[in-house]
Amino acid sequence: MTIQLDRPPESTAFRVDPQLRAKQKRARRRRQDVVGWSFVGISTLVVIGLSIFPAGWAFFISRKKWNLLSPAKDVGWKNYQTMVNDPEVWDAVKHTLFFTALFVPLSIFMGMLIAVALNQRIKFVGFYRTAIFIPFVASAAATGILAGFVFEPNYGSANDLLRRLGLPSQPWLESPTQAMIVIVIIALWGQVGFCVVVYLAALQDIPQDIVEAALIDGANRRQVFRYVTIPELAPVTVFTAVWQTITALQLFDLVYTTTRGGPVNSTVTLVYYVYKVAFQESRFGYGAAVSYGLFALTMIVTLFMVWYSRRTKIEAF
Amino acid sequence: MAFIRTLEVRDVDLETPEPKRRRRHGLLPFSPWHLLLMPLALIFALPLVQMVLTSFMTDAEINSFPPKFIPSSLNVAGYTGFFGDSLAPRWLLNTVIVATISVCSHLVLCSLAGYGYARLKFRGRNFGFFAIVATIMIPTQLLMIPTYVMFSKLGVVDTLAAAFIPWLTSAFGIFLMRQFFLALPRELEEAGEIDGLTTFGVFRRIVLPLAKPALATLAVFTLLNSWNDLIWPLTAISNQDNFTIQVGLTTFQGTRRTQWAELMAGNVVATMPLIIGFLMAQRHFIATMTFSGLKG
Repeated sequence: MTIQLDRPPESTAFRVDPQLRAKQKRARRRRQDVVGWSFVGISTLVVIGLSIFPAGWAFFISRKKWNLLSPAKDVGWKNYQTMVNDPEVWDAVKHTLFFTALFVPLSIFMGMLIAVALNQRIKFVGFYRTAIFIPFVASAAATGILAGFVFEPNYGSANDLLRRLGLPSQPWLESPTQAMIVIVIIALWGQVGFCVVVYLAALQDIPQDIVEAALIDGANRRQVFRYVTIPELAPVTVFTAVWQTITALQLFDLVYTTTRGGPVNSTVTLVYYVYKVAFQESRFGYGAAVSYGLFALTMIVTLFMVWYSRRTKIEAF
Repeated sequence: MAFIRTLEVRDVDLETPEPKRRRRHGLLPFSPWHLLLMPLALIFALPLVQMVLTSFMTDAEINSFPPKFIPSSLNVAGYTGFFGDSLAPRWLLNTVIVATISVCSHLVLCSLAGYGYARLKFRGRNFGFFAIVATIMIPTQLLMIPTYVMFSKLGVVDTLAAAFIPWLTSAFGIFLMRQFFLALPRELEEAGEIDGLTTFGVFRRIVLPLAKPALATLAVFTLLNSWNDLIWPLTAISNQDNFTIQVGLTTFQGTRRTQWAELMAGNVVATMPLIIGFLMAQRHFIATMTFSGLKG
């Protein structure tokens, strides 16, 4: 059985001339375009003008020999050839990767550990959280100066503490073998708070019923942590690891404010090298080439991490 | 994409930890977690306390052996020295100007663009938004040289503008606001339209008042980044009069390697505004960092 729906005959009074309608539609679209772009126009232009455009321009600069004063000279791929054969670049790569390899795992480990501790119902949690997070708001300039004071070899508190514990005092930032490790410690001091907060939020997102189910099934607290909490945190861990890696590969501020690359160039990172080459030696073309090299390195490391996390079936990206 | 998922504005409840099982402290009269947290909290907080205390010491006290932690008297020589021997008041003013312009401009431009990309339909919208998202992947260091060259062509090198132009708006801010607006219920805006408001009227009178938490977050994030920024003013400004406090501090550090009272006083001056702000708006600040994760 079919139901016949009566359709009222179209009233001629409401019929609109199709041509007029098309015209009105066009006008309305144009108005929408104007309104839309008046909302997003300035921002979009500024963002493109301050990143996509200069990033592309950097490539043209990287194929020139240019000190900004005399006219630029086209040198083709020569800057890139120089870069590959420049021992200082490879030293900088080594220092950068050394920093990254220490900083990223440590910041993730400490971040997770402290977040789990702060997630317990114990006294003074508010105080602990504030204390651990507050270095995050200190600028790199202030952190660098403060670190210079704390790690001062003669009367700094770091050596004072060692002496009180009966240990030999250390040269810290003045030793080529220790300086980068000290910078890792300083970077952790400033950045761990961020990881802690990310993990703290993630811990509170873990559904309580999974935890309870595991407890009912007879898991103890350590097993719950190992088989429920850590897997639940995996996507956040991947995200944080990628984020911290990108930050670590771009290390500049702390080096500038503590050692300025010394002693004996032992803390020259890639970005610091770009800064030195471009802004102190006025070799802008070569600096741009090295910054493209670093961009490539960052991409490779990041893509590898994303690929690896996908292979291990952690959905983060 | 997880990083898109993490970019939603929400209030992180930091006050109520997971519901607790029975307390079992074993041999200790307190939770063993204190054994981890107490030393860590001291390691994180003490250097800042020491910074403040040292700024009130005399140089003789600082150089005494064994090192002192608490000053014998409240000595302000460090502060008078820092303000007397440098252009510090000027630098502070510059930083306040840069931060104010950055925050205001961020709030206006990012909320406008965020709303446009979240709600409005217009030609080129997908292209524009794609371009903005793509810039998130471009690292700052790649932009250092071309931006400097661009600034020098535009004649803004050595002016304060070089310090705030990079912070006028940001892909991150636009993205943040867009995510927030997407999560708002559409009905309120439709009601406004029916009541005869223009698109901008809906944005101004209905959407913006609802967006206060997102705007506060954006303001906090921009303040932190623009106040602490080092690389842009450092590369683009060489005239002492136009230094920000961060650049001023690092040059001051270069000339007075061992005058610690003055250096610590400078540190206190450069850091305290943010630390006080942080202590006052702590909840919000931490919520911001939770989903932004952007610094510098």
